[in-house]
Amino acid sequence: MESAISNGRHSGRQKSFMKFKKSFRKFLHRLNEQKYLQAMAIPGVIWMIIFCYIPMYGIIIAFKEYDITLGFNRSPWVGLANFQEFFSDERFWLIMKNTIGISFFKLLVGFPLPILFAVLLNELASVRFKRTVQTISYLPHFISWVVLGGILMNWLSETGLINIVLTKIGILKQPITFLAEPRYFWGIAVISEVWKELGWNAIIYLAAIAGIDPELYEAATVDGAGRFTKMFRITIPCISGTIAIMFILAVSGLMNSNFDQIFVLRNPLNADASDVIDIYVYRMGIEAFRFSYATAIGLFKSVIALILLFVANGVTKKLTEKSLF
Amino acid sequence: MKIKSSFGDRVFDVLNITLMLIICFVTLYPVWYIIVYSFNEGKDAMLGGIYFWPRKFTLDNYRTVFSNSDITTAFMVTVARTVLTTTLHVFFTAMVAYAFMRKELMGRKIYMAMGTITLFFGGGLIPYFLLIKSLGLYNTFWVYVIPGMFNFYNLIIFQAFFRELPVELEESAKIDGANDFLIFARIILPLSTPVLATIALFVGVYNWNDYFMGVIFINNPKLQPIQTFLYKVIAQVTSNQMLANAPGGIATRNVTSQSLKMATMVITTMPIVCVYPFLQKYFVKGLLIGAIKG
Repeated sequence: MESAISNGRHSGRQKSFMKFKKSFRKFLHRLNEQKYLQAMAIPGVIWMIIFCYIPMYGIIIAFKEYDITLGFNRSPWVGLANFQEFFSDERFWLIMKNTIGISFFKLLVGFPLPILFAVLLNELASVRFKRTVQTISYLPHFISWVVLGGILMNWLSETGLINIVLTKIGILKQPITFLAEPRYFWGIAVISEVWKELGWNAIIYLAAIAGIDPELYEAATVDGAGRFTKMFRITIPCISGTIAIMFILAVSGLMNSNFDQIFVLRNPLNADASDVIDIYVYRMGIEAFRFSYATAIGLFKSVIALILLFVANGVTKKLTEKSLF
Repeated sequence: MKIKSSFGDRVFDVLNITLMLIICFVTLYPVWYIIVYSFNEGKDAMLGGIYFWPRKFTLDNYRTVFSNSDITTAFMVTVARTVLTTTLHVFFTAMVAYAFMRKELMGRKIYMAMGTITLFFGGGLIPYFLLIKSLGLYNTFWVYVIPGMFNFYNLIIFQAFFRELPVELEESAKIDGANDFLIFARIILPLSTPVLATIALFVGVYNWNDYFMGVIFINNPKLQPIQTFLYKVIAQVTSNQMLANAPGGIATRNVTSQSLKMATMVITTMPIVCVYPFLQKYFVKGLLIGAIKG
């Protein structure tokens, strides 16, 4: 440092050091000015580092043979062995089929219905009736899957309400224990999900409809447009942006088949239809203590989900010029 | 301007109203069914045929459930967890949201980018489980509270709301010498009731309804939330035991594991059903902000 000061050749470096010192002082000054603001922000950053970023770092155990006594860092590397094992697992295709199948049907049925419900709700003349229907339709969203699972187990049992009603009207000759048979599981999952979330998922579309300029409808009425013309030419096109965004989100969630629901409804008898990726991760990781294997399966899922998000976003952007990012 | 409605329009109205009534019935009936069943004698209910009204009214199911100390403990755990976590979540997330929003905040872009990544990518169940264990939160009450204090999606909803507030208020407070925290606590928060209520409702419902944390992070029955307790009841692990431990007489007379389940379900759901109409007017407003601006 001394030679830098005495030697003319280094005056450039000295200058930049002075500059750095100055800007550092400025930085400290600004930091001091916003010390309260930083004190409010940093705890959030720390929380994210601990509860979001450390688990992300923990993903490395997917490429290791995790040993509790050795920890994240010292457990030995095994490369892609965990992934290879999953892909050659006899249940791999079954699990993929269930995960994507259940989600696909939830999307097919559960995505358009709330839009239809919102549009039809909007057609109700009485504001009071509309409010009442809305309030009732949100209610199931607030009921837990455990409670709903309890109702379903009761109703779908051999002596349950569904069997009583179906045998009474002659659709069934023999009562069926619905939850004990894999072939009914997807249907049960889809219908119960729609029942629970129909009203709730409609809120966002109702909000979008409420934002449509009433003058559009008035102008259309003057031009002699009927009710259906207005529905299909004004209401639906005006909410297409919201529909597009919701669609991207729904598609990117294709790898999530709602853990809470399936965890409650599954049992060993319907396992062939109810084992989805998340359930399998739970079974392998939490029940069987195969941490690395389960993490690899979870990572596989996350990567597919991320790809789906980008694909859905890209396709929707091309088709409707609306996108998340 | 009402134009005379055509015949087709009236047919549509009738069909539409009928459909809406059917939806309302289908939505409410399962809830009504468990209430009716829970107030009926268990053995009598087993015979079937109870649809709309209890046939043999009784409070025995509830008596048996409340005489079980595990359920009262679980109920209190859930109340404590929900109240504490919701309060902390709302204030903490709102505070961070406000700080992250201020333009002069150094590192703002990095902070926001860090948060955005968490929306799309996470570590998954197992690394999270190992983290909770290594933090020493496993099998403690705090596992419900600390990890539940913050959520970046809710932060975005807060920001969408805060952006609509007039900047002049903050500026005048600054001139009066208030620091950033005071501005947040004294000016921003009191003006944000709709969004605070919305997020409180979301987080509250999540905490009330969650059973999974109780399944994987809690071993001690004294710390399990009511939904986990109910999960075990439904999965037949606990209900027979409850019957066996019921105070003499009642159980053998007319309470069944099925009627106990129903009563437990009602007790589990009632607090939410009671709170929700009061919060509804707030959350619809708050949700619209999130939906349109978010």
